[in-house]
Amino acid sequence: MALSNQQVTEIKRARSPLARQLDSGFVWLTGMFAVGVALVLVAIAVRVGWEALPAIQQFGAGFLTSSRWDPVEDIYGALPQIYGTLVSSLIALLIAMPIGIGVAIFLSEDFLPNKIQRPIVFMVELLAAIPSVVYGLWGIFVLIPILRNMGVALNAGLGWIPLFSTRPTGPGMYVAGVILAIMILPIIAAISRDALVAVPPELRQASYGLGATRWETLFKVILPAAFSGIVGGIMLAMGRAMGETMATTMVIGNANKINPSLFDQGSTIASLLANQFAEASGLQISSLMYAAFVLFLITLIVNVLAELVVRRVRMKV
Amino acid sequence: MLAKTDTVIHTNDLNIYYGDFLAVRDVSIAIPNNAITAFIGPSGCGKSTVLRCFNRLNDLIKSFRLRGNVQYHGQNLYAPEVDPVEVRRRIGMVFQKPNPFPKSIYDNIAFGPRLVGYKGNMDELVERSLRGAALWDEVKDKLKESGTALSGGQQQRLCIARTIAMQPDVILMDEPCSALDPISTLKVEDLLQELKEKYTIIIVTHNMQQASRSSDYTAFFNVEQTPKGRTGYIVEYDRTEVIFQSPKEQATQAYVSGRFG
Repeated sequence: MALSNQQVTEIKRARSPLARQLDSGFVWLTGMFAVGVALVLVAIAVRVGWEALPAIQQFGAGFLTSSRWDPVEDIYGALPQIYGTLVSSLIALLIAMPIGIGVAIFLSEDFLPNKIQRPIVFMVELLAAIPSVVYGLWGIFVLIPILRNMGVALNAGLGWIPLFSTRPTGPGMYVAGVILAIMILPIIAAISRDALVAVPPELRQASYGLGATRWETLFKVILPAAFSGIVGGIMLAMGRAMGETMATTMVIGNANKINPSLFDQGSTIASLLANQFAEASGLQISSLMYAAFVLFLITLIVNVLAELVVRRVRMKV
Repeated sequence: MLAKTDTVIHTNDLNIYYGDFLAVRDVSIAIPNNAITAFIGPSGCGKSTVLRCFNRLNDLIKSFRLRGNVQYHGQNLYAPEVDPVEVRRRIGMVFQKPNPFPKSIYDNIAFGPRLVGYKGNMDELVERSLRGAALWDEVKDKLKESGTALSGGQQQRLCIARTIAMQPDVILMDEPCSALDPISTLKVEDLLQELKEKYTIIIVTHNMQQASRSSDYTAFFNVEQTPKGRTGYIVEYDRTEVIFQSPKEQATQAYVSGRFG
């Protein structure tokens, strides 16, 4: 049956021009938002890079390998801060990763009745809501006294290992690492848990159906299937740890030095910026911007590496 | 080792509960060896629930409770000393929705055998299982590719191959063709006829033609409204031709002729 002319017009014009314009307007609007976010990132990078230009011209790559931070002579290098940033976040990851993934596994399986599990999930996520200055204060008044005693014992017993070779005085790299671990724990736990919960229940049934135990199912099916999500959570956490400023500044000691001992004081790029920015001028500001730019790049590299890891593993499975 | 009997699975007044709710009542059925038994009936009548009792997959549901017993070659499957993991290795399962692991085709097949520490030639076992599921020719050149990249029908045959690789005694199939197109469905049905030479198969299906074409025995389930909810039960269980041509019960006649359900 052919359509009458009237029906044809109806099909073509069933929706008013206004509705169609709103439609395409909405697509445009959301498109602008998406591009806008990307532009903000680019704008920050460009601006930081621009401000850093005098220092980049002055010190070049030597900035990355020099330990001298001397406002009097106007000579700057950020090696201790780069080292401190990487080491403190590495300590944080080493502590938070196993615990965070463990928490995620525990809270995604049906070990607990729902009534208990939900409040615990909520409380773990609430850890992320505590302001970092509160973490810093807690670190000074609670964590340092506890860790110092443990540190003294480690130093006395295992002082021949370079990692424990100095006597802890209070603040230091190890405190920063532990504080950061607590701060990023909820990120790893929450995102890993989401990834584990999102694994289709059919896969679990398939595994059980083939005679796998709960542990075999968990380690051979569920965790591999959630792998990319878990790595994503770890990377987000690593980015947070590297950029975290307030709590780190309060407990790391802010010393411009590199010492293999974790009990010694140190500083990170973020703590350097927090300490010096208010009083800096001229080339010092530019050098701080350079350091910020380096932090930016480190984060970028970490994320790219993570993406590569995820792709590799995906190809293999 | 259990003695082989003509009856593989035997239930006696099986009652299945979820919490206080009686989901299926009074199931007494004897599943014969090396035959295909079909479970048919309207939605919610407990076919799948009963099926999942046979390999203790219902154990995963916390509120699940069972009264009566399920005997497998004379052994009570729910006896306290029985290991559900061991049960599931002998009584395999193919699910309604194809559920290959997000791993390579090869690793999908090898998953189960690796769990039990299979010592033989894995390549051979993979090939034999894929041939057994009539999938070998289609995938032999891409064993390293992901199982999830296959078409729905191929995925389901991959899941069957994965089950065969465990060399089970019984294969449970929960509406294995409901997500497949007619051509894939026919392939799986042909496969069933080959499989029954070696295995005992129990298949839940909504497809009347499938039940009448493929199965040797058919159990017709129905459901009745009780104060606490809908409870399923077996109306009639007999040879398939009896169920479809001269059933004893009115309800069976009505269902298989398409007058209700």
